[in-house]
Amino acid sequence: MRKIKAAMAKMPMMLTCGEVEAVLLDYIEGRLSGYARFKFELHLKVCRECRDYLAAYRQAAALGAEVLGAPDDPAPGDIPEELVTAILAARDAENR
Amino acid sequence: MNVTSVIDEAALVDALRAGSDDAFAQLVRSYGGRMLAVARRIVGEDEAGDCVQEAFLQAFRKIGAFRGDAKLATWLHRIVVNAALTRRRRRQRRPEVSLDSLMPVFDDLGCRVEPSLPLLDAPDLAASAEVRSQVLDALGQLPEDARQIILMRDLQGLDTAEAAAELGISDGAAKVRLHRARAALKRLLEPVFGGEPAPGTGDDG
Ligand SMILES: [Zn+2]
Repeated sequence: MRKIKAAMAKMPMMLTCGEVEAVLLDYIEGRLSGYARFKFELHLKVCRECRDYLAAYRQAAALGAEVLGAPDDPAPGDIPEELVTAILAARDAENR
Repeated sequence: MNVTSVIDEAALVDALRAGSDDAFAQLVRSYGGRMLAVARRIVGEDEAGDCVQEAFLQAFRKIGAFRGDAKLATWLHRIVVNAALTRRRRRQRRPEVSLDSLMPVFDDLGCRVEPSLPLLDAPDLAASAEVRSQVLDALGQLPEDARQIILMRDLQGLDTAEAAAELGISDGAAKVRLHRARAALKRLLEPVFGGEPAPGTGDDG
């Protein structure tokens, strides 16, 4: 497989995996167009490693975003007054 | 609808920049409850208050860098999440990872040298408390720069240009930074995707 890919890499329209990596974010965010996009997708068709990599990369980003974007507590409650006092005192100490 | 939505943000930011004590107290009272709830989810009850305190002090120091068109609430949210993730990592006595060690590897022909992992076909991974905990651990282990840009994008909702402006770096540099951060996150989360049971848990979940 590696040999086949190495041979294909000599064809002008074939990107290497490294070249795919360099524009991966542009592809995901829709900034590749025309021939650049065609070359990217052509590489994906023949390269299982890059397909798997892209899928895992997307999944990791989505999972991170989902965990970070967990909905706020609808009723978070007030901040305890003694914590407010501590924070204001800490700021005063910093300003001095 | 809570109290923060009726505050005149622009006036509050101006007063904070001018160093007003009253404005700072108002900021803490208006946003503190919500930030405390966010911090609790990341570090638990005992350390949440410390995270919130640290976040407010940072916010106060950085108010000059606050972009006027951003929302104060999401900016503060980002700061408290970052503070809590850092604290979580320190509590676990783990170092920050080195990004370079997590980047994909290519051979001399430019071919990817990567063991192919079967992706776990579990659309609802984030529903598992264990998975959420592993994701928070992974985010906490990222170096500050990498974590920051992921939080800017995925939590604060900034686009690359806005993140670049706040960081004072070029668009291109921000894109590279985001890509490296996500590539590292992918590596750190591979045990989750591979479906390996996390250490210390059974597979009866
Ligand atoms: Zn490839």
